[in-house]
Amino acid sequence: MRIALFVTCVNDTLFPDTGRAVVRLLRRLGHDVEFPEAQTCCGQMHFNTGYRDQALPIAEGFARAFAGYDAVVAPSASCAAMVRDWHPKLAAERGGPRPAAAVADVAPRVFELSELLVDVLGVTDVGAYYPHRVTYHPTCHSLRMLRVGDRPLRLLRAVRGLDLVELPDAAECCGFGGTFALKNADVSAAMAADKVANVRGTGAGTLCAADNSCLMHLGGTLTRTGSDVRTVHLAEILASTEEDPA
Amino acid sequence: MTARDAVLGRIDAIVPPRAAADIAADYARIDREYLRRHHDDGVLDLFAERVADYRADVRRVGPDELAAAVAEILAARPGVHGVPSGLPAAWTALAPAESLAADPAVADLDGLAGAVTGCAVGIAETGTIVLDHGPDQGLRALSLVPDHHLIVVAADRVAADVPEALERLDPARPLTFVSGPSATSDIELSRVEGVHGPRTLKVLVVA
Amino acid sequence: MTVPPPAPSAMPTYLGMPRFPDAAARAVADEGLRRNLAHATTTIRGRRAGAVAELDDWSALRESGKQIKDHVLANLGHYLRLLEERVTAAGGTVHWARDAAEANRIVTDLVRATGETEVVKVKSMATQEIGLNEALAEADITAHETDLAELIVQLGDDRPSHILVPAIHRNRADIRELFARTMPDAPPGLTDDPADLAEAARRHLRARFLAAKVAVSGANFAVADTGTLVVLESEGNGRMCLTLPETLISVMGIEKVVPSWRDLEVFLQLLPRSSTAERMNPYTSSWTGVTPGDGPSAFHLVLLDNGRTATLADDVGKQALRCIRCSACLNVCPVYQRAGGHAYGSPYPGPIGAILSPQIRGVGSPVDASLPFASSLCGACYDVCPVAIDIPEVLVHLRARAVEEGPRHPLERAAMAAAGWTLRSPARLALAQRAASAGRGAARRFRRLPGPLHAWTDTRDLPVPPRESFRAWWRRTGGGRTEEEA
Repeated sequence: MRIALFVTCVNDTLFPDTGRAVVRLLRRLGHDVEFPEAQTCCGQMHFNTGYRDQALPIAEGFARAFAGYDAVVAPSASCAAMVRDWHPKLAAERGGPRPAAAVADVAPRVFELSELLVDVLGVTDVGAYYPHRVTYHPTCHSLRMLRVGDRPLRLLRAVRGLDLVELPDAAECCGFGGTFALKNADVSAAMAADKVANVRGTGAGTLCAADNSCLMHLGGTLTRTGSDVRTVHLAEILASTEEDPA
Repeated sequence: MTARDAVLGRIDAIVPPRAAADIAADYARIDREYLRRHHDDGVLDLFAERVADYRADVRRVGPDELAAAVAEILAARPGVHGVPSGLPAAWTALAPAESLAADPAVADLDGLAGAVTGCAVGIAETGTIVLDHGPDQGLRALSLVPDHHLIVVAADRVAADVPEALERLDPARPLTFVSGPSATSDIELSRVEGVHGPRTLKVLVVA
Repeated sequence: MTVPPPAPSAMPTYLGMPRFPDAAARAVADEGLRRNLAHATTTIRGRRAGAVAELDDWSALRESGKQIKDHVLANLGHYLRLLEERVTAAGGTVHWARDAAEANRIVTDLVRATGETEVVKVKSMATQEIGLNEALAEADITAHETDLAELIVQLGDDRPSHILVPAIHRNRADIRELFARTMPDAPPGLTDDPADLAEAARRHLRARFLAAKVAVSGANFAVADTGTLVVLESEGNGRMCLTLPETLISVMGIEKVVPSWRDLEVFLQLLPRSSTAERMNPYTSSWTGVTPGDGPSAFHLVLLDNGRTATLADDVGKQALRCIRCSACLNVCPVYQRAGGHAYGSPYPGPIGAILSPQIRGVGSPVDASLPFASSLCGACYDVCPVAIDIPEVLVHLRARAVEEGPRHPLERAAMAAAGWTLRSPARLALAQRAASAGRGAARRFRRLPGPLHAWTDTRDLPVPPRESFRAWWRRTGGGRTEEEA
């Protein structure tokens, strides 16, 4: 099985540890993973902000970069959802027939990390060790676009040493929303404040999610408000072992 | 151009008209996988329970207990109660004649203590009582203006669920679906009983 | 398909309405408002979930509701003609209105013809949309709102902020104070107990109901094959208005028609549970034309376009016309909960308003062009919508329209073009990443950034780019293999 890593532009640029964690984790599970260097981005920022003509060549470039793999794994639910849900529609609406066919071919083979592990590779216990109290925020696009359900929680529950505490109002949006965080900064910040209050109320030292963009928004709010709660991507917890802790 | 022609012209330009038979065939293809009824058994119990959930006062009586139950409820609310002239006389046989007014004028309704009516259909699943304003139910205003409404529901009028109830009703008649006493959720989105319609709803289920 | 522009006088934009973010920022700063909204919306959210969970065929009902509405939209001309024929046959009179001004003129003329100068009103979104009360006032006709929340809004000279509960932004203490101040017949010693407040409204309106000669309503549904109109309500004010006056005028959007009586078996299950989280709302009235000797002797139905045909012409946006005005999307929306309804600048607030107003009015004004962006695209609205309107899909579709047809934002456009240029090429992305890494200072995070990014760093730190991007690491270490060996 040929697995390609779509690291996403945010992780590539700001959170390389998350990409490294995916590589380490998959190799530990016996799977090789390739990194097609032609990849850049899923185009979600352009698409969701209304710049479809800018998003289209990015989506078409994605399909070229990832053609021919059995599975593409993305450590971001939001980017995986963009590719799977929106790329085919975008390409059909604005692109030529041939690139649209290429986009439609690749899209269904793109998986968020927990989907790849649970559904494609069939594992929930990945042999991880993470001796901390953790609370998990299910990001909107993981929950309501990809419908990953409790897959991330099943993975986390199998991590040795991990004390998983429930996050109140977990399913509520954190307020990131891409350019929403800038265009409607006041509402976005108010949403983050409420989410962070819930996180702090759990007493967890680590806040985990499947999207670093949401974690960047929440982490930035946490550090600004003097909290020492760490934000850690799901991949980094699952990659963590006694020998090689996160 | 009339407004009618303009609006229909715009619509026809966007969704071109088609033959009625084709439209009917499309309509028949609409998926209706939902249940015709959510409960098969204990429909009458369910009805009584769900009506009561709205804080209506529900009692089950046998046919030979009905007149006494009606008289008792009316006695507890002194004054004159409006009744439609088509209400079975046996229902009010034990109530004093001076406590009843047959087919009161709309102008007099606000001075009444209450109204007594039958109903067309009951819906167990939702605890709803539907009036079709037939002879035993009277004008729509009769069961609206007075502050107290007693409805007698014969067991065979109770349908299990909404689809079955609608099948039994004739939409050519004016219909009033009543689910509990008048209420509002307008203050802080929490339900409080009692605004403009009858604030007290009494229901006698006859079985 | 090209979208015809909406009628010019579609829906009044509330005067001087600012862009959504500016109005929302003020609302967010209002602690009391946020508390009122959070309390009300979280209460109803939990109750709706319970009412929906009680029906294990909810998803099938939702799918049928969606298909029935889509079928109507695909055959709208047919069903409107049928409705007109059946209402007329039952003794009603049907009027057509291209836009708000025309609808207001029709209603005003009908009221004038009765010789009355007062009307009682049942809560109706369509008449809010067209600004009917204001139009009647200009003709010296007083419209009395009779729904409790509408009454609260009217007495307070306020604007509605919620579809179902227009006064949701007011708590019981506010309402008590308002009643005591503005209701001449408010009982002395009025408390803020909701039951007491409801009682005060009952007393205030009773004589008015009994004397009313003309009523104006909307309609939740109109059944084409029987000519039957349906209104769902709670308080009994609807029954009063629909029953006691001599003349009834109902204003209804053209998308409210359903094919057949049996279709109500779907919507009478979907709407109450989604809306007030009840198995059934207290009162539902239906009537077909006029009934001799019972209820109004004259019935007029005004069928309103007002931007709906323009919406119908948009293949993605037309699903907004499935809306049955339940307001479940408002109640679950985290943005609505914090921004409040007034920020949306229209009688249709919340997620549905964010996709309806820009379609009915177009994306030409600052507030309308900003509405499609008034969402974090969290998708909670789509999940609860009883007719499965994919609101996020329509939002992103309208964002594209706002960018392509709305007011210009040259700076944003330039930034997006630059980002697009960078992200189209892995080499350019790598170059940008190297530049970012080179520019990192000693700090671990940015606390204050200039330009538009200050909107981020006003409340949030931003991580400093790492020494090395992922792709640089992969290239340097051969995917980590040389690193492992080292």
